[in-house]
Amino acid sequence: MFSADLVTELEEIRGRFPYPKAAMVPVLRRVQEEKGWLDGETQAWVAEFLSVESIEVHEVVSFYPMLYGQPVGKHVVHVCRTLSCDVCGGKELWKHLEKKLGVGRNGTTADGRFTLRAAECLASCGTAPVMLIDNERHENVGPADADKLLEATS
Amino acid sequence: MKLSNVISARFDKEGSTKLKGYREDGGYETFLKVLKEKRDPAQLIDEVKTSGLRGRGGAGFSTGMKWSFVPKDSPKPKYLCVNGDESEPGTFKDRQILEKDPHQLLEGVGLASYAIGAHTAYIYLRCEFKQGIATVQKAIRKAYEAGLFGKDIQGSGYDLDVHLTMGAGAYICGEETSLLNSIEGVRPYPRNKPPFPAVEGLFACPTIVNNVETISNIPHIIKNGADWHAKLGHAEDPGSRLWCVSGHVEKPGVYEAETGFKLQDLIDGPCGGIRGGKKLKAIIPGGSSSKVLLPDEVAQVTMDTPGIRAMGSSLGSAGIIVLDETTCMVDAVLNLMKFYAHESCGQCTPCREGTPWIVQILERIERGEGREVDLELIEDLASNIEGRTVCALADGACWPLVSIVKKFRHEFLAKIPAAARKEAVTA
Ligand SMILES: Cc1cc2nc3c(=O)[nH]c(=O)nc-3n(C[C@H](O)[C@H](O)[C@H](O)COP(=O)(O)O)c2cc1C
Ligand code: SF4
Ligand code: FES
Repeated sequence: MFSADLVTELEEIRGRFPYPKAAMVPVLRRVQEEKGWLDGETQAWVAEFLSVESIEVHEVVSFYPMLYGQPVGKHVVHVCRTLSCDVCGGKELWKHLEKKLGVGRNGTTADGRFTLRAAECLASCGTAPVMLIDNERHENVGPADADKLLEATS
Repeated sequence: MKLSNVISARFDKEGSTKLKGYREDGGYETFLKVLKEKRDPAQLIDEVKTSGLRGRGGAGFSTGMKWSFVPKDSPKPKYLCVNGDESEPGTFKDRQILEKDPHQLLEGVGLASYAIGAHTAYIYLRCEFKQGIATVQKAIRKAYEAGLFGKDIQGSGYDLDVHLTMGAGAYICGEETSLLNSIEGVRPYPRNKPPFPAVEGLFACPTIVNNVETISNIPHIIKNGADWHAKLGHAEDPGSRLWCVSGHVEKPGVYEAETGFKLQDLIDGPCGGIRGGKKLKAIIPGGSSSKVLLPDEVAQVTMDTPGIRAMGSSLGSAGIIVLDETTCMVDAVLNLMKFYAHESCGQCTPCREGTPWIVQILERIERGEGREVDLELIEDLASNIEGRTVCALADGACWPLVSIVKKFRHEFLAKIPAAARKEAVTA
């Protein structure tokens, strides 16, 4: 399912732990980067790679917000909704993006390009408001900055 | 207001993340000296104990004391886990260390592992730290290449493997036993304590979990001595800390200062005062899980454990959230309660059910459909949650909640229709 290079990389990650299962989260994150989201086939592959049952992978995937058990758009946009961002322009940024992308929370644009999600505090509160585009952090994002960032994301 | 620069000394240097620059500044000398002299680990632990260092993750427990709980005679391997989950709202200091001076952390990892007798250390970072992960991963690789980690380090006979691992967007994974389950690859529910991790932690082996900033203090303490550290800042709670200021100040950011300064001086001085010349309304001083302070309390409080305790709050993770007069406190606490409701792992009923109830009640008040008795209901709910759960997430939700409802009762009442006031209800 994956290239030899990627498998080598995953084996290195697995080798960091005394038991393969402990490589669960970093391995899932890495394959998610590759596949966009963690479909059943991918989860089954990871289960075999880590010598665990599929249900054990599912239990983990279904817990973490940053592991996607459902399809997402080509790019995932996270906007911080927690207090420091909220009181420093985060509300406005969120409203702007909802309008611009024409979707609500967890919605994906009709062309499949963007999924809009809310994130809890991203440890960047001093440079609020903050958003991630495909896990890349952007700080002090006003509505106009957000437009530029989205345009630059192909 | 005097700022200091122990942990942040190298942050703004060019190439601050590089091994070469770190070594030119004397980096890793302490670690290598300890190995060369085959220092007695028990003596290092004592040194950290007498330094007075307290954990920077939130609970503020004595680091040396925690280390001394690792059983010396256990045949099992021992582990060090560095907590870089940094998800407490208002906190953004560990990320600075990861992105700007990763070798300082890694030298601390070397020293701490040696002191507790660990041969494997895991650095656990939240996955949203893309840059921090890349920087630390590269620093680990460089340290291995330079023979600073690995087998028989510099002929000392001491082996140490340092690995990076990560979470996937859950606040709860910052709780130390949840973090252990997260590393083990199971659902990261916090564990009941005891047993404490120092006795039975990762893979059921003795484990020390310490915050990124805590570990970054270790090279300085071992290098300069316990007495040097014990004299920094407030005697009961010594040291130099990274304070994160966010919200309505002119210059938000991370400021390093020794404990014991006046909070008002930090706000008025380095932070440039309240944004736009507005008036201060409230400060949440130690990450979102600490109790709120009013302006007259802010004017008095000193930032050290005894000083802030006297005001009924805590230093927590040093995340100082400043709110000015334009802030609606009902809105603010609702924002925080949504955070806790979303982040509850769901394991304990009071937390899983209680936090969303509180959100519903606050939303009702916000909509103008609340009743005065709702304020008592909130307090009643909180008293049935606090202290009755596996981990402290639920307590951390109740502390800001109850303190805000109490200190800003008038703002809640102002949203409650006259007909739903107590006099009206009982009449
Ligand atoms: C809900 C919850 C979240 C926490 N999040 C963090 C965190 O993100 N980072 C951290 O270092 N400690 C966090 N802690 C505290 C840890 O449980 C633990 O006390 C700390 O990592 C110990 O390190 P220290 O002694 O060096 O502070 C959290 C605790 C709770 C209850
Ligand atoms: S208190 Fe809440 S977060 Fe902590 S274990 Fe219980 S349900 Fe989970
Ligand atoms: S509140 Fe948005 S980054 Fe912390």
